[in-house]
Amino acid sequence: MNIDKIRKDFPLLSQNINGKDLIYLDSAATTQKPRVVVDAIAQYYSEYNSNIHRGVHSLSQKATNEFENAREVVQQFIGAEHPHEIIFTSGTTGSINLVAATWGRQNISAGDEVLISAMEHHSNIVPWQLICDEKGAHLKTIPMNEMGELELRGLDSLLSHKTKIVALSHISNSLGTINPIRKVIKQAHNNGALVLIDGAQSVAHTPIDVVDLGADFFAFSGHKLFGPTGIGVLYGKESVLNDMPPYKGGGNMIKSVTFEKTIYNDLPHKFEAGTPNIVGGIGLSSAIEYVKDIGFDFITDQETKLKTAATEMLKSIPGVRIFGEADQKASVISFNLEGLHPFDVGTILDQLGIAVRTGHHCTQPVMDFFQIPGTVRVSFSFYNNMEDIAALKRGLMKAKSMLSV
Amino acid sequence: MTIKEAEDEIVSEFALFSDWMEKYEYIIELGKEMPIIDEAHQTEKNLIPGCQSRVWLHAEHLNGKIVFTANSDAIITKGIISLLIRILSNQRAEDILDAELLFIKEIGLTDHLSPTRSNGLVSMVKQMKNFAFAFSNA
Repeated sequence: MNIDKIRKDFPLLSQNINGKDLIYLDSAATTQKPRVVVDAIAQYYSEYNSNIHRGVHSLSQKATNEFENAREVVQQFIGAEHPHEIIFTSGTTGSINLVAATWGRQNISAGDEVLISAMEHHSNIVPWQLICDEKGAHLKTIPMNEMGELELRGLDSLLSHKTKIVALSHISNSLGTINPIRKVIKQAHNNGALVLIDGAQSVAHTPIDVVDLGADFFAFSGHKLFGPTGIGVLYGKESVLNDMPPYKGGGNMIKSVTFEKTIYNDLPHKFEAGTPNIVGGIGLSSAIEYVKDIGFDFITDQETKLKTAATEMLKSIPGVRIFGEADQKASVISFNLEGLHPFDVGTILDQLGIAVRTGHHCTQPVMDFFQIPGTVRVSFSFYNNMEDIAALKRGLMKAKSMLSV
Repeated sequence: MTIKEAEDEIVSEFALFSDWMEKYEYIIELGKEMPIIDEAHQTEKNLIPGCQSRVWLHAEHLNGKIVFTANSDAIITKGIISLLIRILSNQRAEDILDAELLFIKEIGLTDHLSPTRSNGLVSMVKQMKNFAFAFSNA
């Protein structure tokens, strides 16, 4: 694999921003799209755009086949047993809300507990707060330490017969911590709780096998996996999904409707009311094929190199403080420059063509934990190279000299 | 000085800068110099809800004019606020309400004031106008 050749697969990367070469260090927010994905989207609209399911004409058949094929591509990619365990949603947020609203409404009662962690994204906090408030249940959190690692020693005491579900991120979007989800899943199951894994930050970086992990639910977004926005996936175990009531009502999710009674459709359609994001599914499928071609061996190797080099570079700059120094960490690095506001640093970097994210990264409790208003976050994908890290260093030195009092 | 005159003055100052760096260095300088808001006024109540940098804005009605003081924890935000204060502070409520603030576009800061930039500056202009509206009806 040649990184220069790979970079050419991503049309957006070869452009100027504010007159400078773009240095894209915000892949944890969204990844760039390879040409094959852009082409697949264009091809759908220019050649076989049509509404799926129940269509008798050829275009509808073709679109239906491609969309259902996408489901199988996702199924194989994450190691699910059946294609109908793959529910297409709008994204990770949509997936978690679906579980909280349907499974939660059916299974969580007054006095029950939902367990999340101290480093969750708001989208894995708020849906659970909503259902807990509605039911009179309690939201509890697994604490973390100063390194940004979960404190699992007390996990057994946090889990009880009241714990109905544990919802945990695989990789923290603001700290980069890779959580020991296998261990948590095992302990939760021993206590009779189900487990939802928020895979938004992991699915593009590490191979996933949901059966091997034993997760009851696994949620991720297409756009963080080189696919389009507006498409996401909820994996659920067949037995669990079958017992869940539907989420939204409408077309496609029914078998028969009378004014007296509606019989719901089978999986996965029960959870896919209305016309789904057809082109999103097709684009995601082509993104997954692209990732498979690149291969996780290369991806992991490249991202580990980038993470190591970037961490060393940051530590060489006086006044840099890194937030999240877990032993097991992905290529997401949050930091601040002493005395400087992350917003100011991000603004100067933007003028230099360097795209980073600043702020609380939708993890305000994490920022409160470290008592900071926010951080500068850089995140790498396999299409980044060492020149990006050198450019970041030059940018940070420039920001430091301009902003320091 | 009228609002328009103050805007013109700032536009001509910015015309001297040849690149973005000089412009930002100037804004950063303004951010460092700007008189800090009276501590008693840097309160939760005066905090403008913006996403990234925190902005405090206080307004007083003095001799028929509105006097603004403000602060931010981000220096670039503070610099841009100081431009807004230079233009809108010590003006009559009705003039503040009528201000179009065309200088923002002319000095190339539109990006900073577009609603998609979550730095609270849009909310800040809105809040200044809200104060003016409240005082004009007082």
